[in-house]
Amino acid sequence: MSMELDVFVGNTMLLDEEVYKLWLDGYTVGDAVRLRLEGGVLQECEASEEVLHSDTMDQFRTFQMCERFLHCPSKLANQLLFQIPPHRQAMLIERYYMFDSGFARELLGKKLSKGTKKDLDDVSAKTGITLKSCRRQFDNFKRVFKAVEELKGPLVENIQHHFLLSDRLARDYAAVVFFANSRFETGKRKLQYLSFQDFAFCARQLISYWTVGSVDSMLEGMDVDLEKEFLHDLKDLKILITDKDMLDQHKSLVCAALRGKIKVFNEMEGNFKNLSRALVNIAVKLTHTKDVRDLFIDLVEKFIEPCRSDRWAVGDIRLFLTHYTSTAHKLDTFRHLVIWDRYMGVVKSCILKMYHD
Amino acid sequence: MPGKLKAKIVAGRHLPVMDRASDLTDAFVEVKFGNTTFKTDVYPKSLNPQWNSEWFKFEVDDEDLQDEPLQITVLDHDTYSANDAIGKVYIDIDPLLSSEAATVISGWFPIYDTIHGIRGEINVLVKVDLFNDLNRFRQSSCGVKFFCTTSIPRCYRAAMVHGFVEELVVNEDPEYQWIDRIRTPRASNEARQRLISLMSGELQRKIGLKVLEMGGNAVVGYLQCFDLEGESGLVVRAIGTACTLEKLSNSSAAAPPACNSPSKDIKEPPFSEDPNPNTHSSGPSTPLKTQTYSFSPSKSYSRQSSSSDTDLSLTPKTGMGSGGSAGKEGGPLKTLLRQQTQSALEQREFPFFTLTSFPPGFLIHVGGVVSARSVKLLDRIHNPDEPETRDAWWEEIRQEIKSHARALGCHAVVGYSESTSICEEVCILSASGTAAVLHPKFMQEGCLDGYSDPSRLEEPSPPSCGFCHIPYDELNIPFPAHLTYCYHCRRQKVPDVLFTTIDMPAEAAVTGKGCLIQARLCRLKKKAQGEVNATAISNLLPFMEYELHTQLMNKLKLRGMNALFGLRIQISVGENMLVGLASATAVYLTALPTPGGIQIAGKTPSDITYEQHISNMQKKINDTIAKNKELYEVNPPEVIEEVIGSPIPEPRQRSRLFRSHSESSDEVSELDLSHGKKDAFVLEIDDTDAVEDIHSLLTDTPAPAGFYSCNTEIMPGIYNWTSGLQMFTSVRVFRLSNANLTNQGLNKIFNDLCENLLKSLYFKLRSMIPCCLCHLNFTVAVPEDELIQVAVTAVAMTFDKDQAQENWKLGADKTHMKAIVENEEQLQFPLELCTESPSTNPFSPCRGTGLQESANAHATPRASSLEKASPLPEGRSRSLRSTRSYAGSTVAVVKMTPLSFIPGTRIIKYLGIINMFFIRETTSLREEGGVSGFLHAFIAEVFAMVRAHVAALGGNAVVSYSMKECVFMENPNKNQAQCLINVSGDAVIFMRESELEATPAPPQTSCSGGEVTT
Repeated sequence: MSMELDVFVGNTMLLDEEVYKLWLDGYTVGDAVRLRLEGGVLQECEASEEVLHSDTMDQFRTFQMCERFLHCPSKLANQLLFQIPPHRQAMLIERYYMFDSGFARELLGKKLSKGTKKDLDDVSAKTGITLKSCRRQFDNFKRVFKAVEELKGPLVENIQHHFLLSDRLARDYAAVVFFANSRFETGKRKLQYLSFQDFAFCARQLISYWTVGSVDSMLEGMDVDLEKEFLHDLKDLKILITDKDMLDQHKSLVCAALRGKIKVFNEMEGNFKNLSRALVNIAVKLTHTKDVRDLFIDLVEKFIEPCRSDRWAVGDIRLFLTHYTSTAHKLDTFRHLVIWDRYMGVVKSCILKMYHD
Repeated sequence: MPGKLKAKIVAGRHLPVMDRASDLTDAFVEVKFGNTTFKTDVYPKSLNPQWNSEWFKFEVDDEDLQDEPLQITVLDHDTYSANDAIGKVYIDIDPLLSSEAATVISGWFPIYDTIHGIRGEINVLVKVDLFNDLNRFRQSSCGVKFFCTTSIPRCYRAAMVHGFVEELVVNEDPEYQWIDRIRTPRASNEARQRLISLMSGELQRKIGLKVLEMGGNAVVGYLQCFDLEGESGLVVRAIGTACTLEKLSNSSAAAPPACNSPSKDIKEPPFSEDPNPNTHSSGPSTPLKTQTYSFSPSKSYSRQSSSSDTDLSLTPKTGMGSGGSAGKEGGPLKTLLRQQTQSALEQREFPFFTLTSFPPGFLIHVGGVVSARSVKLLDRIHNPDEPETRDAWWEEIRQEIKSHARALGCHAVVGYSESTSICEEVCILSASGTAAVLHPKFMQEGCLDGYSDPSRLEEPSPPSCGFCHIPYDELNIPFPAHLTYCYHCRRQKVPDVLFTTIDMPAEAAVTGKGCLIQARLCRLKKKAQGEVNATAISNLLPFMEYELHTQLMNKLKLRGMNALFGLRIQISVGENMLVGLASATAVYLTALPTPGGIQIAGKTPSDITYEQHISNMQKKINDTIAKNKELYEVNPPEVIEEVIGSPIPEPRQRSRLFRSHSESSDEVSELDLSHGKKDAFVLEIDDTDAVEDIHSLLTDTPAPAGFYSCNTEIMPGIYNWTSGLQMFTSVRVFRLSNANLTNQGLNKIFNDLCENLLKSLYFKLRSMIPCCLCHLNFTVAVPEDELIQVAVTAVAMTFDKDQAQENWKLGADKTHMKAIVENEEQLQFPLELCTESPSTNPFSPCRGTGLQESANAHATPRASSLEKASPLPEGRSRSLRSTRSYAGSTVAVVKMTPLSFIPGTRIIKYLGIINMFFIRETTSLREEGGVSGFLHAFIAEVFAMVRAHVAALGGNAVVSYSMKECVFMENPNKNQAQCLINVSGDAVIFMRESELEATPAPPQTSCSGGEVTT
């Protein structure tokens, strides 16, 4: 004796956001029913577990049928199968593409390949996110990546345009795409303390200032790649550390500006040359793809860790970097000011974002 | 040669990938009408082809125009092998044949394949140039309008109601032809779909001819059904009510209550000032025909009769009442009037009306429910390919209905419907309706001229109680009944309980709110063949009807109510059981007496524990009644008792149920607290059966707080509807275990199945509270040995709980209404423009919130162009603006409802009937998510296709929508399933009343979409 068939179809799609979330989170119908029971849905409306099960089944089925439209959100608006009010459509899409930052953190900088997908069970075990949900999020990453990697124009807008996402979510995807494309190293143990949002912030900085699109947003710029010419020009900054006079002059200017303003003045003074060398060397090395990938690990190892061991406060770092950047303008023989500012602007904000426990 | 059909194939989108190598499709389209076929060019390598074809022109007879659908097939071109079909679209062009309906069909249609479901969409434009044909002997009936709506459509006035039209056509079922063994399932399904489409067209044309003959111009309450008889054929039959409709010239003038949402039309009617002493008199003593049926224990029952047990109980009462009422005849005018009505109806073979609600003044008295059933053997049909045998069957049944109505002193049957249930070679034919007395003014042309002044007619529009007054002669009651003077006007006699199949008249006075009542019953029967089987079924039928009736009566009493509307009793036959389901909406009619309670009487009073058990039960029942009265706000005013007529106790075989005046008993005095001095309804517990019955009576859980439900158009007692609307279909199939089931066990299972389904609905729709499920239409079937299928289609509508009905009209509430409307408008997608080139950048609709500015800028020119083409200038463009970032969305919202109206709106145009039949089959059931996944997808696809057709006609809603057939078959072992669905409704354009205020004179002539071409 059993219910052989049980369906409910509304002319306007009937959906419960809570159930949608459970579906997105990759729960089985049984687990979802249990979670809904625990969530106390029955208290607000008298019903039995059986009713809840039937309702959950129905909605899960609807979502499953809807999924192929969600893969191409622009289709959702003009498909005929389900009648969904526009604000509901927006909700469906946004939630579908929403990802767990824990998951995204794991995948940042990894190649979105079949191999990576196979390893998702590890990610699932590590993050506690169901494998099903991991797969959906991975597929979303890959889908967005594929759709925009060859496109011209601003990355965030491209993503928004194609996937009808909110501004915030589109920016996060831009970061994911950017990291996946440039394959930045983020998995090293020393980088583990950084969150997805830290990296997303850095990605935004890089996209905004270091890519071709950042110079001329409309002109065949591609936001995904760093501007080759710029990276090449960074070599010129080498003079800041190779020219001894300039290095000394730079140091004295910075010291003059910071004296009495930061707590770690002595440490800074003693360490100035090392820090400056570290920052400039990172810049100089960026011509090589491999070193580009190591950008973040370099920043941590060469700059952040030394500072941290000297117990610099964030405020100290901010002041230091500000003056370190601005005093270069006062160096008589230093001509690469545009490149310098473009480089240091991004490095400064990245370091500041990354400088925490 | 009176017509030229023109079709243009514009574009396709979202096509499936047909070529795995390139992941693309080389699509082209075949357009076929009759025997002529045109093809478009192949549009290579695209999933979004732009054919932009020339106009394909078909020169055809209007007869063909009515019968044939336009058939559009999308194919994938293949150089080396046969072209693969992607799918088809059938377009019924009937709406284009009536000058008042749609003028162009234009829009995106889902491309449908019976194996794969919807596979992309195609944009098509269709027009018809019709030449006038003055040939009197023509075979076509172009221009006759069809409505599924069972009332006078909201923007028309009935000049004449001509009466009953019926027709039946038969064909061999392609599924049973020899060729079916060698062709693919797809070919077979398509042959069937096409055949049914053709037969429906033919049927409609033939009915149209009958209407023209009668001098009418429309069919209202058109009800078309399919009988899949199997080997003996496929029957398409239809009934309807022929009318002459006049379009209300100006919609602002057309604002009588009937055109508005019912929220406005319930005003307390004046207490009948006009003395109207004897509206009832007897019908003439037409001798009733006695018929003999091979296997037809066809049954009738009268309105309240606890007696309807014996077969044809009314038939012997021939000529009753002819004498008794003679002295009561009113003025001569009165007699004349009656005679006219009589003669107007006499002229008709069957004075039947499929309408369930009526123009004011049409319905005078209601007698009660009349029904007839008959069991037939399909393999005995002499000439299966001809309709004669079936015609004769229905003729018999109708005659019987007619005679039952006569017995109730009525000359007409309203709310009439017919249905069948088929299992193998056995077929149960059923018909039911409500016996009634009608006013002749709508039925006779000219003859009323002398009395057209209504004040002289002595029968003003009936007061809120008029229809309850008995039409039969009280001295010669056809069945035992209590009669009292009407509690409303105190002038006429009314029965104590009234059962009807119609909607409650809008002017009826009710106390409190109504509720859905269901009686559910299963009866096992032995598997058998042929005549033995038919006899067994025939023998079971009366018992089932009796029990269903008893259940209904008990449940009615339990809710403290006294009338049923919309009663629909369905008995389905399976191999080894019969399933019966009766649904109705119970109300407390103010005019009828307060119902007595239910009293339980034990058979063996000596046993103390037994006594205790009984008194416990009695207490429960009393509590339930009290609770129900509170729940449904049934607080009738105190009235003086005037019982006339005496109860006639009748002998019965299973007398568990009878009436009594046991006022002396202690238990009854307890009852008196809540039920007044009414007589109680006694339930005698004589066996376990009865205990079960009482138990099931009490297990009916009431709807959760904030929910109401009814199976009629609107809920008696709720008037302030808001705009929330959710139509839905739910289907459940239950598999019984192999274990030997008893009738009780089976009953419990079936009861739980229905109850749980209702509970599920309440749970799912909880976000709409306060809300009412209207037109809850249950259909039961026994598709296989151990399966019971229940399908329900209904609409959930929100209402305003706090708002008193009078407030609704006050200006103070305007702001409130506006707020609702605004809310609602978030649901509105902008109407798609047929002029818009489909070649627009496919990405243009995708705009995120960040691009809102530009999206709005984009919307403005569209809005203005819409203003030109759309029939709804103001409202449309307004709603367009309110769609915010999704301005580019291209799908028009189409509302669907089983009701004939949409609250808060006015229907400004009827675009034609929607009558669609689909078959879906799968050979990969598991992969499609099992039976539930399969059916879920199919129902969603059916909705989508209905919406697309309505949108293409320029409409924004389907009213009177119903799913008439849902035949589901599965073979899980073979991983196969098949389902047939038939839906129908009326495509309409509605406007919000708030919008109508803004545009006082909406353009009546401008029509949907305009004559624009790309």
